[in-house]
Amino acid sequence: MSQARDTRPSAPRDGYQDAYRDDFNGTVPTAPLQAPQHASPRQEPRLLAAGPEADWARHLEAFGPWEPQAGGPGLLDALGASGLTGRGGAAFETWRKATAAAGTGKKGVFTARPVVIANGAEGEPLSFKDRTLLAHAPHLVLDGLFALGGALGGAGLYVYAPAVTLPPVQQALAERPGGKRVRVVQSPETFISGESSAVVNMIGNGAAVPTDQRRRLSESGLHGRPTLVVNVETLAQVALIARYGAPWFREAGTPTDPGTRLVSVSGPAPVRDVVLEVPGGADLSAVLAEAGMPSGSVSAVLVGGYHGRWVRPAEHALSPVGPPARTVRPGAGVIHALGTDACGIQATAGIVSYLAGQSARQCGPCMFGLPAMASVLNRIAGGERNPRLTAELDRLGRLVSGRGACRHPEGTTGLVGSALEVFAADFRAHLSGYCAAPGGAAA
Amino acid sequence: MKTYLHIDWTSCDGRGLCTELLPGVLDRDDWGYPVARGKAGRERTDVPLRDADREAAEEAVFLCPKLALSLQQRAAQEPAPRTPGGGARDTGTRH
Ligand code: SF4
Ligand code: SF4
Repeated sequence: MSQARDTRPSAPRDGYQDAYRDDFNGTVPTAPLQAPQHASPRQEPRLLAAGPEADWARHLEAFGPWEPQAGGPGLLDALGASGLTGRGGAAFETWRKATAAAGTGKKGVFTARPVVIANGAEGEPLSFKDRTLLAHAPHLVLDGLFALGGALGGAGLYVYAPAVTLPPVQQALAERPGGKRVRVVQSPETFISGESSAVVNMIGNGAAVPTDQRRRLSESGLHGRPTLVVNVETLAQVALIARYGAPWFREAGTPTDPGTRLVSVSGPAPVRDVVLEVPGGADLSAVLAEAGMPSGSVSAVLVGGYHGRWVRPAEHALSPVGPPARTVRPGAGVIHALGTDACGIQATAGIVSYLAGQSARQCGPCMFGLPAMASVLNRIAGGERNPRLTAELDRLGRLVSGRGACRHPEGTTGLVGSALEVFAADFRAHLSGYCAAPGGAAA
Repeated sequence: MKTYLHIDWTSCDGRGLCTELLPGVLDRDDWGYPVARGKAGRERTDVPLRDADREAAEEAVFLCPKLALSLQQRAAQEPAPRTPGGGARDTGTRH
């Protein structure tokens, strides 16, 4: 705790946000970013405060000097006090995850040196916030990686990320002290490549598919070492907490969902893909409005990505915790809106067909069950009038859920379950022979 | 401590020998793969066993042609093993 506080310089200063906004458009290959400009969910940029494509000098100028001892043992306490949760989907408390890996290496005769892997694999087609972060704030991610590695007593450090993000990461490593300590591994562009056991498997064996886990990765991961796979945005948040402390972190967001998160927002044309930094517990409608989608312009929103769920664009807080009727879990921060003229069943059928194709085809229930679900959905979307199809879809979902080496089956089932709920009227319409959406295909 | 029957789905080929040895614990799905009866979520991958089923479970572990089954001892209240290692795609249970 004390060390985390010692490193605290002035909080990010005012002024550079403007520069960052001005330079912004057109200068970067990734999705454009926007600083929120008005009303809720107003949030001063934190993670992207150094502006576009920040190099080491600009990074230090924006965030203050970096003390390597920021990664002392006190960091884990600061993470606990901050309430930071993983920004890669699972929303597991970061300190708990880190403490698990810190604790297990001490068992037995040999002390296995732990490993920390910065996970930038973003196989989710609608997610682009992690590549945006790596393009613009690679040093903040690396600060967090070094800090967490230090807190675990000098862990082995890796960055695992897709090809497009490797140039900024490699350049950042080349220009900062100690950069040679970090090994960089390219992730393939598959949906499942970012699943934590797939990450470890790819780095260790060159195969980015999940593995059966009799033991936790925090006990035995890469080469049998205690392994921590941490999303790159989570690491950038760790870097901010190491610098400014937990109380500063908690100044944004709500008591149950403190801090900020990046979200990848997309929607029907002409809405442009945008990455926003929003406070914890932000209101979904306000986030959509910020991205150029006022209420009334969208019919349903996919939140959390292809393993997330559909909701109506009503009052929903974006938070991993809260009353289910008024809360939607942000998962890995994907927010995708459906236009009022689109058919939710067709959209879901397309996604489930994709997910069925992305099964690593290792586990029977996933390998057979997901294509079966996709086929039923496609039959409904295509206008087949068989009232038993929705019950069959429900049955298949229940059948595959919980039965795979990774959570791909239940992630898919969760999405389909939400579609059955949110698009219930559309399902009834399809099954009685018409599609309510103008572009629909039902006969 | 509680005993769990762990199913390694990456190895199981669904021929169903285990479902014959443990008919009260495991059912077969549409494709022949084992389904824990009356269980939801990850308890279908780490299936809690009653003491009465232990012996038959040991036999299934021994006889599974794909070595896909194993017995695990864990404190009863401990969460399922996948949770703390969770990463990007690890989106948690939704039901
Ligand atoms: S559950 Fe599906 S995606 Fe996950 S490892 Fe098994 S086959 Fe692959
Ligand atoms: S006996 Fe083994 S391979 Fe056969 S269905 Fe059971 S677990 Fe799978």
